[in-house]
Amino acid sequence: MSDPANALVGRKKRSSDPPDSPRSVGWVTPQHALLASAANPLPLDCGRHLAPVSVEYETYGALNAARDNAILILHALSGDAHVAGWDATNQAPDCARPWRHWCVAPDGSDREHGKSPNWWDTMIGPGKAFDTNHFCVICANVLGSCYGTTGPSSLDPATGRPYGLSFPAVTVRDWVRLHARLLDHLGIDQLYAAAGGSLGGQQVIELGLAFPERVRGLMVLAASPRLSNQGIALNYAARHAIINDPWFARGDYYDAARRPDAGLGIARMIGHITYLSEMGMELRFDPGRRPSADLVRGLYDPHRLALEPGGYVPGNEFDVESYLTRQAEGFIERFDPNSYLYITKAMDYYSAADWGDGDLGRAAARARGRWLVASFTSDWLYPPASCRRLADALCANSQPVTYVNIESDYGHDAFLLEVDTLERLIVGFLEGVARHG
Amino acid sequence: MADRTHRETIERLYATHPQLSEAVAFLASLDTHFGDDPGNGRVRWDHDLIVSLIPSGAKVLDLGCGEGDLLSRLIHEHGCHGQGVERDEASIIRCVERGVPVIQSDLDQALPGFPQQSFDYVVLEETLQTVSRPQIVLDEMLRIGCTGIVSFPNFGHWWIRTQLLIEGRMPVTPRLPQSWYGTPNIHVLTVRDFTTWCQTNGVAIQQQFAYAEGEYHELIPADNTLAEEALFVIERAR
Repeated sequence: MSDPANALVGRKKRSSDPPDSPRSVGWVTPQHALLASAANPLPLDCGRHLAPVSVEYETYGALNAARDNAILILHALSGDAHVAGWDATNQAPDCARPWRHWCVAPDGSDREHGKSPNWWDTMIGPGKAFDTNHFCVICANVLGSCYGTTGPSSLDPATGRPYGLSFPAVTVRDWVRLHARLLDHLGIDQLYAAAGGSLGGQQVIELGLAFPERVRGLMVLAASPRLSNQGIALNYAARHAIINDPWFARGDYYDAARRPDAGLGIARMIGHITYLSEMGMELRFDPGRRPSADLVRGLYDPHRLALEPGGYVPGNEFDVESYLTRQAEGFIERFDPNSYLYITKAMDYYSAADWGDGDLGRAAARARGRWLVASFTSDWLYPPASCRRLADALCANSQPVTYVNIESDYGHDAFLLEVDTLERLIVGFLEGVARHG
Repeated sequence: MADRTHRETIERLYATHPQLSEAVAFLASLDTHFGDDPGNGRVRWDHDLIVSLIPSGAKVLDLGCGEGDLLSRLIHEHGCHGQGVERDEASIIRCVERGVPVIQSDLDQALPGFPQQSFDYVVLEETLQTVSRPQIVLDEMLRIGCTGIVSFPNFGHWWIRTQLLIEGRMPVTPRLPQSWYGTPNIHVLTVRDFTTWCQTNGVAIQQQFAYAEGEYHELIPADNTLAEEALFVIERAR
C-alpha cells in the first residue's frame, strides 16, 4: 500500500499546456454536424424520434488515409467535447463561453483564474498518452448536453422556443447511436479505440456492446455496467434540489429573470462530494484545522455582527465548505439545470445487462476487441467491485481483458488525476491494440 | 520423558561420532552458496520448458503471472492467446505495457468466473505454495483448463531436510531466502506430497520434470530428495 499522504502531496494535478506549447493541440475550433433531420430522425429508446439533431464535436490530429487511426473520447456528466487544447472561438473576454476564455496572467503564468476548460489535456496532445501525432482524437457532446449538441436548451422547431422539459428523455444507448452517426458522417468504419471515464466509461461499454465491430480497443475507467442504488440516490437528491428551486418553473426558465441556479449549485456540491473520497478530503482540506473553540468564539465579534446583523448564519469556515461553494459557483456559469436532469437520469437508467435480458454475462457475449477496465480503490461512486463485474463478465465469455484496481486517494476523480499511472496504461494498451488487430 | 531419551540419544551420537559436528558445520557452510537464485536477473528455469510444452496458438491462462514474462513470450513469439491473473498493481501495469491482458485478482479470493475448460492450459508457476487454499486453486485450474502446468519448490530436497533435521530451523536458502516470518511460502510441499495429492484427487500426471543444480530432467523417484524444484503437467483423470 502506498502512503496516502505521499499520494496526494507527490502527485499534484497537472495543469493544461498553454496553446503555444509543443505538447498542446493548440487552438481548436468546435465543429458541428447535422446528424438527424425530419427525413432521417434519430430514434430514441423512449420511443420518440428526434429531429433535427446537431452535434458539436472537436477533433485533434489527422485522420490517416486508411481512416483507421481514430480514437473516440467519451465525456462524463459535466464534461463536453472540449477535451484538450484551447477554444479558438472563445478568445475574447466577452465571448459566448467565458469559462473557456484563456488569458495570460499579469505574472506571465498560463492562466489567470486557474480555470481548466479542457478536461483531459493531460492525456491528449503531441507526445501525450493519446498521441495526436499518430491518432485522430474525436470527442462529441452527448444528446441533451448544453454545449452545442441538441438538448433541452435548444430551440424546438415546433414552437420556436427552448425545449425545456418537452425535450425527450435520453439514454446512454441513444448517445451511442448518435456517436455511430457521427462516425458515419466522418467516414470512419472502425475506431482504433474508445476511452472514457465515469459516464463516459458507460458510453464505452455501450459502444462495445451495441457496435462491437466498430471499435478495436475499449478503455473503461471508473465506470460499471450500471450505477449503484447509492449513486442513483445521490443523483436523485441532486435533481430534487433543481426541481424544487423556486425558479425552476417546470424547466421553462430560459426567458425568465432567474434560473434555478441555487438548486443547480446544490446538485453540483452533491456531485463533488461523490467525486472525492473520505481520505482524500482529510488530506486536502484544513490539514491544520483551527481549534473549534476559536471558530465559535469569533462568531459574535463586533465586526462580524456589523456584517451579519440578523444573527447567526452558518458560514463556510472550513476549507471543504468553501471548496464546494467555489465548485457550485463555477458550475452555474457553465451548465444548464435541465441538462443536469436529463444527463443524470441517463446515467441512472444505464444497464449494460439489457443486452443480455438482464444477464450481464450474456450481454458481454456480444463483446469483441480488447478491453481495459480500471477502477480506483477510493472511488465510492463507481466502487471497484462494481467495475470488476464488467471484467468478470468479459472473462466469462473468454474475451481477453485487463482489469486493474488502481491505488488512489482521489476517489472517483482519480480517473482524471492519476495521470502517471493512466498514461502508462493507455500507451501500453494502445500499443497492444496495434499488435493484436 | 521421551524428550529426554531423544536428547540423550543425540548427545550420545555427538559424543561417539566426533565427525558429526564437523558434518553439521560443513552443511551449514553450504548455506551461503546453495542453489541458484532464480530471480537473479535471469529468466526462470521453467520458462523454456513451459514454452516447449505448450503448442503454438494455444489458449493459456497464467495464474499469478507477475509482470507477464511467460505470457509475453507465449503471446508474441508463439501466437498463443494469453490471459494473466495477478494481484499486484505495478506488475499489472508492466503487463499492459507488454501487451499482456491481465485481470487483477487475488488467488486467495474468488477467481473471475472463467468458463469450464475455456483454456487449453492453465499455468501455476511457483505460486501453489503461496496461496491460502491450494486445494481450491488446483481444482479451479483443472476446471478452467484442459491441462494444468504446476511448478513449485520441493521442500523434500535433502538440504532443506538437513536444515530442519540438524539445525532444527526452518530452511533459508538463496532460492528460499526469507525466514519463516517473512516468507510468502505458507503451504510448502514435497514432490511426493504432490504426486500423492494427484493420486487421491483423480488427477493424472502427464509429464513431470525436476530441476537441480542448474538443469532440468524428467523426474525420477529419487527427485523427492534431489530436486530443488519440480514441474508437473496434469489433467483431470477421465
